[in-house]
Amino acid sequence: MSRTARDTCLLLGLSVAAIVASGILLLIILFLSTEAWPVFSQVGLLKFAFDEAWYPTEGAFDLKPMLVASFAMSMLSIMLAAPLGIASAVFCRFYAPPVVRRAYQWIIILLAGIPSVVLGLWGLTVIVPLILMLAPPGASLLAGSLVLALMIVPTVALTTQAALASIPQFYWVGAAALGLSREGTLLGVALPAVRSSIFAGIMLAMARALGETMAVLMVSGNVVQLPTSLFDPVRTLTANIALEMAYATGDHRSALFVSGLALTVLVFILAWVARRSGGQVVHA
Amino acid sequence: MMSAVDDKPTPSREGASSAFTLGPLVAGPPCCTPQTHISIKSVTLSYGRIPAIRDVSLDIYKGCITALIGPSGCGKTSLLSCLNRLTDLIPGCHVEGRIAIDGQDITTPDLDVQRLRRRVGMIFQKPSPFPLSIWRNLEMPLREHGVTRRDELEFRIEKALADVGLWAEVKDRLGSAALTLSGGQQQRLCIARALTLEPSTLLMDEPCSALDPLSSAVVEDLIQSLKGQYTVVIVTHNLAQARRIANYAAFFWVKERAGTLVEFDQCRTLFDQPRHELTAAYVKGLQG
Repeated sequence: MSRTARDTCLLLGLSVAAIVASGILLLIILFLSTEAWPVFSQVGLLKFAFDEAWYPTEGAFDLKPMLVASFAMSMLSIMLAAPLGIASAVFCRFYAPPVVRRAYQWIIILLAGIPSVVLGLWGLTVIVPLILMLAPPGASLLAGSLVLALMIVPTVALTTQAALASIPQFYWVGAAALGLSREGTLLGVALPAVRSSIFAGIMLAMARALGETMAVLMVSGNVVQLPTSLFDPVRTLTANIALEMAYATGDHRSALFVSGLALTVLVFILAWVARRSGGQVVHA
Repeated sequence: MMSAVDDKPTPSREGASSAFTLGPLVAGPPCCTPQTHISIKSVTLSYGRIPAIRDVSLDIYKGCITALIGPSGCGKTSLLSCLNRLTDLIPGCHVEGRIAIDGQDITTPDLDVQRLRRRVGMIFQKPSPFPLSIWRNLEMPLREHGVTRRDELEFRIEKALADVGLWAEVKDRLGSAALTLSGGQQQRLCIARALTLEPSTLLMDEPCSALDPLSSAVVEDLIQSLKGQYTVVIVTHNLAQARRIANYAAFFWVKERAGTLVEFDQCRTLFDQPRHELTAAYVKGLQG
């Protein structure tokens, strides 16, 4: 094959792969939209936010409790996971002796690989009973947040580690030449230099938390209600879809697609924000 | 060629160096008795077992600009890094011999290196402002060194920026990112950052070589204006620049795969009447 022919083949192959990959995404969104459309056109957007309750078989489609639950749970989990992840990355990079650092990195990577259903199982048998001792029923917003936090710590830790590793050498040398201490360099130079990458990592972790279904479903109680305390059982959007999809028909089914669409849009927004902030060039 | 004849004796902030003035930069006896500021005695620096500098002894005089010249790899930058103990950061780097600044031995292991580096500032080839605002770049090291009073911070930062000629250029945008400045402005910001800490000595590692000719000239003028107030040690490959700005020059050469000092003299003497034939060849641009 001549060189130009090989080039053409390669170009063709790559283009097809790229079109298929992006096309599938578009098709998914299209599919979600068409499935959601019947109930959308009948009841309108506002009903999903301001209806009195979620009785989808009787035409009441209030998604608010689930939206609030999803949002509260991912926020809580990120509030727990972000400090933990950032601190562990900083510890690994600056303070840990090499042996500890390697071991710790392995643990973080393994933690990232635990299937969510296994974490759910662990949450159900360890976390939920513990919370039950504090306040019944145990399966709650707090339990879901704790399990989610554990799940997204690796995302935050690994993105922070990568960001810290990308800091050019001359910043460290420059800081040392100014007589800055290790703490001063860390807080004054290193973390500010990579703040946007860390923020991007947090956004990605949050997107993951929003989308997580199985573990959350197993530990958070699944009662459709606006939570008033950390110990209230809640149902997230994802859990709602997983629980009801099997038997939903008609408008009910269509309403579940609406919640799926809402979730997708939310995750897209987070990913976009992450990309926007992570794409900033911080070092010249 | 720039003349240093009209260099005014600059009043110093503190009394220590105020008695010091400089005369015209011509060959011949210096205008005043040179006062040793940094004394380097039989310094040998090795990376692992391989020596990079062998047995260098050199006196650096207070308030003067001393240029370290010589071909690449002859240990000029390594020697510079010994003077603020940046060599500590390089694993396997080992320094023997004695270096004293103002009579104080700085090679002892229990030395407070942070204090040392505050007294001995360093400017690098690549301008290295941190990815922070202009103000934060200057404020952060000051706070780290215990300057926290607002008026004191403002005074020192404004003074340092004025000293490097940046104040007029940036006073309306102290909050904007330092990396939006031009290369020359960034380098002057780095010099200002070192000056805020009120050092006695500035080490410069090819401070102009990454800059365009115009910015380079501005920075060069700035370095000249530091004369008298600060002791400046500058590594440069630009011989014309060394000749223009330095009072003293030290010529290094690689012998037996380690850098050694060949000749040290007043800058003009070293360029015009070198004693050593290696120096003569190098300054004529025949070798290295």
